[in-house]
Amino acid sequence: MDTINLTIDNKTIEVKKGTSILDAAAEVGIEIPTLCHMKLHDLNIENKPGGCRICVVEVEGRRNLAPACCTDAHDGMEISTHSLRVVNARRTVMELILSDHPFECLICAKSGNCDLQDMAHQLGIREVHYKGEQSHYRADTSPAIIREIDKCIMCRRCETMCNDVQTVGVLSAINRGFNSVVSPAFEMNLDHSECTYCGQCVAVCPTGALTEVDETGKVIRALADPTKTVVVQTAPAVRAALGEEFGLEPGTLVTGKLVAALRRLGFNHVFDTDFAADLTIMEEGTELLNRLNRFLSGDKDVKLPILTSCCPAWVKFFEHQFPDMKDIPSTARSPMQMFGAIAKTYFAEKLAVKREDLVVVSIMPCVAKKYERGRDEFKVNGNPDVDHVITTRELAALIKLSNIDFNALPNEEFDNPLGESSGAGVIFGTTGGVIEAAVRTAYEIQTKKELPRLDFDELRGMEGIREATIDFDGLPIKIGIAHGLGNARKLLEDIQAGKSEFHAIEIMSCPGGCIGGGGQPYHHGDASILKKRQMAIYREDSNKAIRKSHENPYIINLYKEFLGEPMSEKAHHLLHTQYFDRTEKVKI
Amino acid sequence: MTKIKSFDELRKIKAKIIKTSGEANSPNSLIKIKVGMATCGIASGAGEIMQVLVEECERQAIDVTIKQTGCLGYCYAEPMVEVQIPGAEPVVFGYVDKNRALEIIGKFILQRKPIEGVIPVSFKTINELN
Amino acid sequence: MTVLKKQVRIALRNCGVIDPEQIEDAIACDAYFALGKCLTTYSPDEVISEIKTSGLRGRGGGGFPTGLKWEITKNVESDQKYVVCNADEGDPGAFMDRSILEGDPHSVLEAMAICGYCIGANTGLIYIRAEYPLAIQRLKIAIKQAEEYGLLGDDILGSGFDFKIEMRYGAGAFVCGEETALIHSMEGLRGEPTVKPPFPSVSGYLGKPTNVNNVETFANIPVIINKGAKWFSRIGTEKSKGTKVFALAGKINNVGLIEVPMGTTLREVVYEIGGGIVNGKKFKSVQTGGPSGGCLTKDFLDTPIDYDNLVAAGSMMGSGGMIVMDEDDCMVSIAKFYLEFTLEESCGKCNPCRIGNKRLHEILTKITEGNGTVEDIERLKELSDVIKDTSLCGLGQSSPNPVLSTIANFEDEYMAHVKEGKCPAGQCKSLLRYDIVEDLCTGCTLCFRNCPVGAITGERRLPHFIDQSLCIKCGVCFEKCKFDAITLT
Ligand SMILES: Cc1cc2nc3c(=O)[nH]c(=O)nc-3n(C[C@H](O)[C@H](O)[C@H](O)COP(=O)(O)O)c2cc1C
Ligand code: SF4
Ligand code: SF4
Ligand code: SF4
Ligand code: SF4
Ligand code: SF4
Ligand code: SF4
Ligand code: FES
Repeated sequence: MDTINLTIDNKTIEVKKGTSILDAAAEVGIEIPTLCHMKLHDLNIENKPGGCRICVVEVEGRRNLAPACCTDAHDGMEISTHSLRVVNARRTVMELILSDHPFECLICAKSGNCDLQDMAHQLGIREVHYKGEQSHYRADTSPAIIREIDKCIMCRRCETMCNDVQTVGVLSAINRGFNSVVSPAFEMNLDHSECTYCGQCVAVCPTGALTEVDETGKVIRALADPTKTVVVQTAPAVRAALGEEFGLEPGTLVTGKLVAALRRLGFNHVFDTDFAADLTIMEEGTELLNRLNRFLSGDKDVKLPILTSCCPAWVKFFEHQFPDMKDIPSTARSPMQMFGAIAKTYFAEKLAVKREDLVVVSIMPCVAKKYERGRDEFKVNGNPDVDHVITTRELAALIKLSNIDFNALPNEEFDNPLGESSGAGVIFGTTGGVIEAAVRTAYEIQTKKELPRLDFDELRGMEGIREATIDFDGLPIKIGIAHGLGNARKLLEDIQAGKSEFHAIEIMSCPGGCIGGGGQPYHHGDASILKKRQMAIYREDSNKAIRKSHENPYIINLYKEFLGEPMSEKAHHLLHTQYFDRTEKVKI
Repeated sequence: MTKIKSFDELRKIKAKIIKTSGEANSPNSLIKIKVGMATCGIASGAGEIMQVLVEECERQAIDVTIKQTGCLGYCYAEPMVEVQIPGAEPVVFGYVDKNRALEIIGKFILQRKPIEGVIPVSFKTINELN
Repeated sequence: MTVLKKQVRIALRNCGVIDPEQIEDAIACDAYFALGKCLTTYSPDEVISEIKTSGLRGRGGGGFPTGLKWEITKNVESDQKYVVCNADEGDPGAFMDRSILEGDPHSVLEAMAICGYCIGANTGLIYIRAEYPLAIQRLKIAIKQAEEYGLLGDDILGSGFDFKIEMRYGAGAFVCGEETALIHSMEGLRGEPTVKPPFPSVSGYLGKPTNVNNVETFANIPVIINKGAKWFSRIGTEKSKGTKVFALAGKINNVGLIEVPMGTTLREVVYEIGGGIVNGKKFKSVQTGGPSGGCLTKDFLDTPIDYDNLVAAGSMMGSGGMIVMDEDDCMVSIAKFYLEFTLEESCGKCNPCRIGNKRLHEILTKITEGNGTVEDIERLKELSDVIKDTSLCGLGQSSPNPVLSTIANFEDEYMAHVKEGKCPAGQCKSLLRYDIVEDLCTGCTLCFRNCPVGAITGERRLPHFIDQSLCIKCGVCFEKCKFDAITLT
């Protein structure tokens, strides 16, 4: 392999050819500050427009300063990363950025988590010498995401996520010169665009320009209302990430403390979305087997592969981009919506409260869920099955403002009957998890035999597109997995072209699945955090006594008492849904 | 138009073109008039001048070739007309309005008398340099 | 009348000579002979070597050796390569490239084909701004006629070499003239530059090796082939060969398009070719290099024009804008004017250019409005240095040049603005002051009746007064007064 030698701040090093100055410096422990650059290792995602110019360094013999993030190291280079010239330039550029930035840290959603704030601090900015006009744009509120683009610093990270990774292409730079900013075309509202609300733009935005819609206030009001019974459900990925907000190592499982915290916040019943995930497997697994068996018996009209449908961003994506394929995904609602439907019928009946007096709150790693809960199909006489959705980050904020010392909380258990779950329900939180959960159940129903093993390593990992064939006792079942909508698009185009050989495909919009959701604690570009969360999810699964959805006793009971059997008429009514062609809906 | 199939053929075509249009300075070829018709010329009215020249030559039945050409560089003096009388050096007239256009034909071409508005040519061509 | 022929027309050789819509006219002037010569007698390497020997450097602004660029592009291995002609020409007031394309489109088409032959490309693309309808029309006609004659297309002149040329239209953004932005714009992406390397020669249009040259650069090529590199390299200075086309503008008598041998002095251009300053006023400065060039004083008039001398003088060659200023021009306002342009044209991708130029402009505005301080001038210099040092592309890297060069060469004018509150050229309205001289005022009330904002008070037949806090410096009173009783300071 070709290597080159260079000196950085008088340290001599040898690096691979093609290494950037930034990475070369990191190898000798020199951290060059960056702002726009973002590299998510393992996920193959890199944003390096070279636009912020914070990472500039001095290269001997070069006329101007070089951006370290997008300049390759060359043999014999002599680099100073912190000379007077460099520091002065960096600080001046930072002052320029701040001169066009609202000074609203005190009331900014990003305060404390803001890369710009951190960098201003790191560069020791005490005064902004350049004053002048500031850019002003219309703030834009959608069901899930707020854009306050006065705070946009044109790092283009959101653009990379929305265009390159998700291939949705809603966000791009518009206008010229001082007026340029990242926005949907023609500055249209996100609400009118093809945005899927995946929230990946929010997950990477270094500033408060893109944030989730804050629903904590509504939750507090509901909790304070004595006429309401407030139940809460919490998604699988939350327990693997919430600890980060309280200084715990990424990958720490905080399930028990999470339950305790929710109880102290005043929720009347603390339930688990994982329970509903088990329910999803019952419905979706049955649907898969129905289609599969019809196919095996020669039915030509049956649609295969079946696609998972628990990710609302993915649902909105295909409604906009592939409306001709809207009969291919499973009709099963997402676990969150199944939970809401069951809570407001089965559970409300049990408690003998009217559905209007039962408030369902969801704790989600996801911002798209805020949008999903508002879809008309999920309302009964205008009353939604799920009333409020708050993200992992919002929950952390709620815990903090309620003076709860999270780390000192005891571990507590979920309430019943909607709190018990199998390990299969837990792994819904990571890419590959839904389909693995489905396999565990579908195998046993189809073959009527017990699974010889429970861990399907061939379905796990971080590769953007994965495939595996699972032997259903002699019947090879071909499975595809995609996370990130760009990867999903590839699989969909194969299906469109009649080239797909899969029987079932799992799709999650967020890189890594829900553990990398747009509502999770910020990873600040460190993709290893996602891996640690993934490991935690699998750990939780293997610690569970029950690991297959169809063995969850409360699920068995729910069918016995209330639903009858999977895909029954009642199940259909409460647990399934339909999709819409949204191609016409995009208006400016 | 047939395609030119070799460099030799291109050379022959050039020779033929020159022959039919007449050697530039040979006394027996036609008088040539060129009107500067680049964006700057057209903007200052070269189109109209061209029309005046064509009509006037037709009216007086003068046998000339009139054609458009690009920018001569004297944008301050547009519209611009170049007249080449066989056997003589070409002469460039600037600030050509309708009257001067008529003068160019009536006086300069027909009577070979000098008129106002001559722009001195201030450049060398590639063939003047060796 | 005898005139010294200071100009030499190489790139413009056929402009004003041929009818650009008649390919036969062009052929009569040797069009496609250089291509014929290359295809029949020279190998690509020989052609490249000839271009290198000629010393031709890029006329689009950078001055990069053209032969070397062709060689680099040739040496990159790829199944597909492109030749791109940069006809974006966004500099305000510049029209060199437009004139070449309108007057002699075949010279550019021929050169692109030669370039394609050298580097191994079969496709040429002309990126031209949509605001050049006549040039576009003539190019289209020229391409069609060349195709009909078989001078473009498949198997050109029976050589087996294929070359086709297509047009691409730009929306007229200055920054789209920057080669990486130009390529992105052709790819249907936002026209904004990306960090170099990779250079287009290595990874350009659709990721393929792409040779980008300016219109005027191309227009020189056929002459070099026909007349020989030696002939060409005899013209010009040691490091800058050939000629340069300039669009001469400003306070000069002979505004127009000129082509002079490298090494011609600014004085020759201004006084001999340009005919001196309009209305016999005093020369103050000449600006070269377009919006990112510098303003030179009379001390530089004897500088022989070439790439290196202009840079040494604190300006640059640029693509050929040349604007002459006289004593009535305020150099602070000039700097502000250029900055206004770059401010509008910045793509906004990088912070120093997007925000820095805005701040520079604001400080200059403050100075021209009479609110500047000496520290502001220091601030201008410091900020300019950082913008140049940290911007992503050539636009930002050079945008502060007008500011820096006017401060360097006309610091006294800046000082007059900030220290004395005066604009020596009388251009900065806010710094003007109109006063009525009591002794001269007859109280005719004419000024009083004409002042648009009612800033003048006074009784009939008694001296009038101007309320400075109301006066908007429109100058109406000054013009109207029949007794010269109003002064302007
Ligand atoms: C802001 C900016 C604008 C430019 N505009 C033009 C232009 O309008 N035309 C042009 O030929 N080159 C322009 N250039 C230079 C090109 O990037 C490139 O260097 C040139 O086209 C190469 O051709 P040459 O080597 O023949 O000069 C511009 C550069 C910058 C930084
Ligand atoms: S985005 Fe960051 S720097 Fe800007 S106001 Fe918010 S916290 Fe402060
Ligand atoms: S939420 Fe997703 S689809 Fe919507 S703008 Fe952000 S990245 Fe694009
Ligand atoms: S919205 Fe946020 S992520 Fe997008 S460019 Fe602006 S600052 Fe960067
Ligand atoms: S992958 Fe999960 S977190 Fe991401 S959008 Fe889908 S449901 Fe939400
Ligand atoms: S220097 Fe200006 S034009 Fe160039 S990339 Fe930066 S913002 Fe865009
Ligand atoms: S300059 Fe104009 S505004 Fe001022 S006093 Fe005279 S007339 Fe009035
Ligand atoms: S981090 Fe390198 S330019 Fe922004």
